[in-house]
Amino acid sequence: MVATQETIDKVKEVSSTYKYGFVTDLEAEKAPLGLSEDIVKFISHKKKEPRWLLEWRLKAYKKWLSMEAPNWAMVDFPKINFQDIYYYSAPKTKPKLNSLDEVDPELLRTYEKLGIPIKEQEVLAGVAVDYVFDSVSVATTFREKLAKEGIIFCPISEAVQSHPEIVKKYIGSVIPISDNYYAALNSAVFTDGSFVYIPKGVTCPMELSTYFRINEQNSGQFERTLIIAEDNTYVSYLEGCTAPQRDENQLHAAVVELVAMNNAEIKYSTVQNWYPGDKEGKGGIYNFVTKRGNCLGKKSKISWTQVETGSAITWKYPSCVLKGDDSVGEFYSVAVANNAQQADTGTKMIHIGKNTKSTIISKGISAGKAQNTYRGQVQIQKNAKGSRNFTQCDSLLIGDKCGAHTVPYINQFTPHARVEHEATTSKISEDQLFYCLQRGLDTEQATSLIVNGFCKEVMKELPMEFAVEAQKLIGISLEGSVG
Amino acid sequence: MSLLEIKNAKLKIDDKDILKGLSLTVNKGEVHAIMGPNGSGKSTLSYMLAGRDGYELESGEVFLEGKSLSEMEADERARSGLFLAFQYPVELPGVGGMSFLREAVNSRRKFLGEEELDHLAFVKEARKVASKMFVKDEMLKRAVNVGFSGGEKKRFEILQMAMLKPKISILDETDSGLDVDALKIVSDGVNAQRNDDNAIVVITHYQRLLDYIVPDFVHILSDGSIIKSGGPELALEVEKNGYAGLINAA
Ligand SMILES: Nc1ncnc2c1ncn2[C@@H]1O[C@H](COP(=O)(O)OP(=O)(O)OP(=O)(O)O)[C@@H](O)[C@H]1O
Ligand SMILES: [Mg+2]
Repeated sequence: MVATQETIDKVKEVSSTYKYGFVTDLEAEKAPLGLSEDIVKFISHKKKEPRWLLEWRLKAYKKWLSMEAPNWAMVDFPKINFQDIYYYSAPKTKPKLNSLDEVDPELLRTYEKLGIPIKEQEVLAGVAVDYVFDSVSVATTFREKLAKEGIIFCPISEAVQSHPEIVKKYIGSVIPISDNYYAALNSAVFTDGSFVYIPKGVTCPMELSTYFRINEQNSGQFERTLIIAEDNTYVSYLEGCTAPQRDENQLHAAVVELVAMNNAEIKYSTVQNWYPGDKEGKGGIYNFVTKRGNCLGKKSKISWTQVETGSAITWKYPSCVLKGDDSVGEFYSVAVANNAQQADTGTKMIHIGKNTKSTIISKGISAGKAQNTYRGQVQIQKNAKGSRNFTQCDSLLIGDKCGAHTVPYINQFTPHARVEHEATTSKISEDQLFYCLQRGLDTEQATSLIVNGFCKEVMKELPMEFAVEAQKLIGISLEGSVG
Repeated sequence: MSLLEIKNAKLKIDDKDILKGLSLTVNKGEVHAIMGPNGSGKSTLSYMLAGRDGYELESGEVFLEGKSLSEMEADERARSGLFLAFQYPVELPGVGGMSFLREAVNSRRKFLGEEELDHLAFVKEARKVASKMFVKDEMLKRAVNVGFSGGEKKRFEILQMAMLKPKISILDETDSGLDVDALKIVSDGVNAQRNDDNAIVVITHYQRLLDYIVPDFVHILSDGSIIKSGGPELALEVEKNGYAGLINAA
């Protein structure tokens, strides 16, 4: 790569101007424990980044130092020691196993229940696959197909090198480094993520998803994703997978930024199934994510669909800023919290342009002693005349030790707009369960069926191939919660 | 061996005696009708048989093909071939009729050691049965019982019965809420399933149903036990004179 030596030099140059110098061993595979300016530089150096990006990271780091961790969410966890985290380690190759026989049978059972094909199971579980599957060839075919359309789809670290002007223009443009505590942290230390650029007039010919299922992302705990859709485009992107994911890193603080120009549509779907911890929540992932989309152009549309079943703690509010006139924001969410899981999730719809429309459908399911909070803000600004929002917020309780909370904020600064909010709370009734049992379904099948019925409006928004798996996943997440 | 045998069943709900020593034997190929005043315990009996939580016997025993039901959960009983058409079918919002039925049918097939039906095969079968019962395909696409009229719900119950091919079916007031034509259609649906290997227990208030589904035996249930059993003529007697005379005579 051309920029390499130059970048290193620049990094060294920058670092030497700082008081404590650059003490970290640049050749190390892993940054030392903890977070400091040095660590930020180390990461940037490792990724051979241009100077502007390093400076941006350092600015974010300084900002982060001046900020406090938010405490308004309805989640409860011990204070995080940010000096007790490793912020960089070279992408690891997983320990290779020789066959599925060596894989944790528990994991295999889950794969099986999810109906994941054997070949994919092997890849997911890290089995050495000697037939030249697929993982490489599929990816290559994809890339070729996308390149033909002029679509850029690559790791963001690669985009920094190959298309620095686009990255520079848009990174932090939707979620500024000062946006919130975890976004600032992510900006300082993000390691990788995806970059998607759809040029004018192009409809992306495939779901940007299968690729990821096969090439399990190793972008670590501070993931950063940027998707830009130019005028008259369409792209559907799917993040995550239904297979349970474990990670030695407890804290995950991702940032996802979307930009939609005139008449562009971005559909972003997430299936999140990070390890939720044991029954007491021990060892589970803290998932603190900032996701936002800018509907910059007229008639642009951004649609978030999420199925959140994992993590010990979820703190996540995928949002839309509706700047372009006639732009549309959608949020479809299923959040399942079982055992000791805590989920505080929702969305923000900021209506700025005229005749902007937003729809929020949130389905929260609580079981065990879990707490599930919907937190949503709908803001209609002064000029957003003719705008409309519809919010439907439904909670389903399983058992009597769990909780569901709905916290809607509505700020309307023009009378020429319509905001509707509906909320319901229900339980799986004994009648419903018995009816299903009487037809021969077992308790788990019955629960899964009833819960999936409850979530149907959201599930139908998922790309087909994942909807089926996601349905099973919801069932599995609630196993043992009834009866 | 009889198909269903209820021996001296006693059951309390909230400390109140509801079934007070009820016995009944149903053999293969038979149709039994149970009649009785409101609150006499007919639905309670059906829930007890189906294994609903809270309807466990205090004493007595029930055998399905010689096997005691006491250790079997509701779903196991269902898979073994015990079917209950509910007096008040339950709504399952968002749960499509087709997928619900498919899971039910496949659970039963699995139990019987038969191959599970794939989506296509199932849809074909369901449509066939539905058309016989004059149930529109459209109804199978809707959420189970949601927004169904009273009569549609009852029809859908019998459709499920036809799909599940149970050994013993208990139909709890399946005739209530049906118009004249629907009564005939549903009865035809039930009759079509009668064979030498299964049995049906119909709970009803009206003799009219028994003109269509002609029973071998009629039982009068009053205050938690069967006070009189007889043939179809017993239903006519109830129709004519009410229960009072029978209860007083018992
Ligand atoms: N869950 C319950 N709690 C209290 N009492 C109950 C309960 N279930 C049934 N009962 C009582 O048990 C008695 C029998 O009720 P059941 O529903 O079996 O009557 P039924 O014969 O089916 O009446 P109907 O002809 O009106 O359907 C009634 O007095 C009823 O109030
Ligand atoms: Mg009744």
